[in-house]
Amino acid sequence: MSAGSLVLKGVTALVGITAVLFVAATPHHGVHVEKESWSFQGFFGKFDKAQLQRGFQVYNEVCAACHSLDLVHYRNLTEIGLTEAQVKEVAAAVTVVDAMPDENGDPVERPGLPSDPFKAPFANEQAARASNNGALPPDLSLIARSRAGAGFGAHEGADYLHGLLTGYQEPPAGFELADGMQYNEGFLGFQIAMPNPLSDGGVTYADGTEATVDQQARDVSAFLTWAGEPNYENRIYTGMKAMLFLIVFTLIAYAVKRRVWAKIH
Amino acid sequence: MAANFKNPVIRWIDHRLPVFSYLHHEANEYPTPKNLSYWWNFGSLAGFMLLVMIVSGIFLAMQYTPHVDHAFNSVERIMRDVNYGWLLRYIHMNGASMFFIVVYIHIFRGLYYGSYKAPRELLWQIGVVILLLMMATAFMGYVLPWGQMSFWGATVITNLFSAIPWVGDSIVTLLWGGFSVDNPTLNRFFSLHYLLPFVILGVVMLHVVALHRFGSNNPIGIDTKGPQDTIPFHPYYTVKDLFGLGVFLIFYAYWVFYAPVTLGDPVNFVPANPLSTPEHIVPEWYFLPFYAILRSIPDKLMGVIAMFAAIAVLFILPWLDRSPVRSGAYRPAFKLFFWMLVFDCAILTICGKHAPDWIWSPFSFSIAPDTGQAGISIISMGQLATTYYFAYFLVILPLLSIFEKTKPVPLSISRPVLGAGGAHASIAQAPQQMEKF
Ligand code: HEC
Ligand code: HEM
Repeated sequence: MSAGSLVLKGVTALVGITAVLFVAATPHHGVHVEKESWSFQGFFGKFDKAQLQRGFQVYNEVCAACHSLDLVHYRNLTEIGLTEAQVKEVAAAVTVVDAMPDENGDPVERPGLPSDPFKAPFANEQAARASNNGALPPDLSLIARSRAGAGFGAHEGADYLHGLLTGYQEPPAGFELADGMQYNEGFLGFQIAMPNPLSDGGVTYADGTEATVDQQARDVSAFLTWAGEPNYENRIYTGMKAMLFLIVFTLIAYAVKRRVWAKIH
Repeated sequence: MAANFKNPVIRWIDHRLPVFSYLHHEANEYPTPKNLSYWWNFGSLAGFMLLVMIVSGIFLAMQYTPHVDHAFNSVERIMRDVNYGWLLRYIHMNGASMFFIVVYIHIFRGLYYGSYKAPRELLWQIGVVILLLMMATAFMGYVLPWGQMSFWGATVITNLFSAIPWVGDSIVTLLWGGFSVDNPTLNRFFSLHYLLPFVILGVVMLHVVALHRFGSNNPIGIDTKGPQDTIPFHPYYTVKDLFGLGVFLIFYAYWVFYAPVTLGDPVNFVPANPLSTPEHIVPEWYFLPFYAILRSIPDKLMGVIAMFAAIAVLFILPWLDRSPVRSGAYRPAFKLFFWMLVFDCAILTICGKHAPDWIWSPFSFSIAPDTGQAGISIISMGQLATTYYFAYFLVILPLLSIFEKTKPVPLSISRPVLGAGGAHASIAQAPQQMEKF
């Protein structure tokens, strides 16, 4: 078989397999999700650290009132560009109960440390529901990943979150809203128990960026994408090195194969 | 047999324990047909994937906690805090998909070139056992991260066994270790998920022993007739397999590094919750064809039987296809039906993914909920595809064995069919190519 036809057949086979897998993997989107453009998209994508910091600010000042972020630790914030001193300060702003009781067996309260996980706003599910009209604000650690389509990138979750946070509207005429519900065109079924959390100027960004609803939604979506997979950039970067190595390895293997087989007819 | 090793230590050992002679014989000088195409690379790739799964799995198990309260978070700890834990997990997670891709191609290769025919029936059947074991392993592995789809997938699939008359419910209780999918279920699945890959390894060894009895089949399906038809495995096929491995690794690495969760269900990023059923419970892609067959039959027990029959039929395949010509290359009618089977399995995969009452519209080429648009429902499409799947094995192949007019088959690997008027064996003389049995 000539090299050309081999490559052709190989590429055809791979495209075929990928197509079947993709069709089989595409989930049903109940809502229309607008595609946005993100700095972390694509083979060379990178998070915009300033954006992640703004997003953290939105989470911390707005969402954290209702949503936990259990899988992220304060120490992780150095990865989005906060200094050690800033991280200590953020952590110390909360009071946590130490895992270790004092010598009398009484619980010890102390300021948070960088090694602590983000403190949850409610002690348990019942308390969370009681404060939210019976609805449960989900933990946001993996929200970007669990709401992504099975598409080919990390940006899908961010697209969804951005659509949700900017999706609040007046319900169309004749739409029956249940008690305590809001109309949101980015949410499956269009009725959500979360009150619109964002408002223009709801936070004041330290870097002077204008805090429109769209800007805040964008920033917090990027932050939650990072929170869902803090190793994202590392993965893309390692992938680049692995791919380069494998391509060189494969070319050499092909050359050796041609030489060894040259004698066979 | 006894090779002449230069190293005296090796010679000393080999004289008493002939492992080196054995390896030399089976992996070095092992005579292999010289005309194998790249479709023959997938066997070694499957072996490679088994090793990758075992190695990555053992390292994952060092950090994983098989308890309903900790499993989900322990996997996330691997992803976030263990050094290169994310890489290990993506390798293992996508490795399961790659393993199935490789094995499915390997099986279709066998189907096309008649590799299941005499004298390789047992070799083929051992392969089917490996497929079954892989499915059990992958199913139980998918439960371990204890996400929503882990939990509900396990619930749905284990519940199938309750359809078995008389003993069904006891079997389900045994699988669960209780009265619902819970901590005991997770524990036994972890234990078995660790065990089964090593059982697979043992069965793979039998597979190789059976293979080396008669050697590889080849694209023209003629037995090797002597040294002029074969070349030693090493270096020819070792280097060819190495090149194939490189191409495959590029494909694999693409998924691991650039689309690591695309083949999985995003819902599995939500921790298992027995009180909230996900909207669609869908198995991993490699089970979809079987899931579609299961759903095609309205009766639960019959559906389960059909699903297992889809694999059982492979066991008796060597006796369903009686055509004396092995390779599909010389069977024009067979070729057509074979490619239709490949297409059919793709359709089954798609049917398994979507809700049964959704509609496929040929005009807009879309699959969507039923809003009265013209088209065919997923369930009917699945039923048609299931019918063809079984018809291929149970009706078409037996009939083809009788009625098909095959093309002239070459005399041997080194003497392919010459042009018109050249020396070739017509089909009337061909049957002796297959061993009498
Ligand atoms: C007043 C409390 C409150 C605040 C503040 C709040 N949420 Fe929510 N959130 C909720 C509740 C309650 C739900 C559950 C909604 C439901 O199930 O209908 C929810 C659900 C969600 C969901 C899940 C939607 C889905 O697809 O299921 C996301 C994502 C979310 N919130 C993001 C945010 C973000 C980002 C912020 C900060 C900008 C925020 N929330 C602020 C109460 C809140
Ligand atoms: C035939 C080979 C194997 C197959 C097909 C297989 C398949 C799978 C699958 C599909 C998952 C779920 C991945 C996910 O969605 O997260 C999984 C998880 C897991 N497997 Fe395996 N596996 C194999 C071998 C092994 C071996 C030998 C071990 C060793 C103990 C192992 C240990 C684990 C562990 C600890 C997990 C949970 C961590 C995780 O979910 O990533 N596996 N396996």
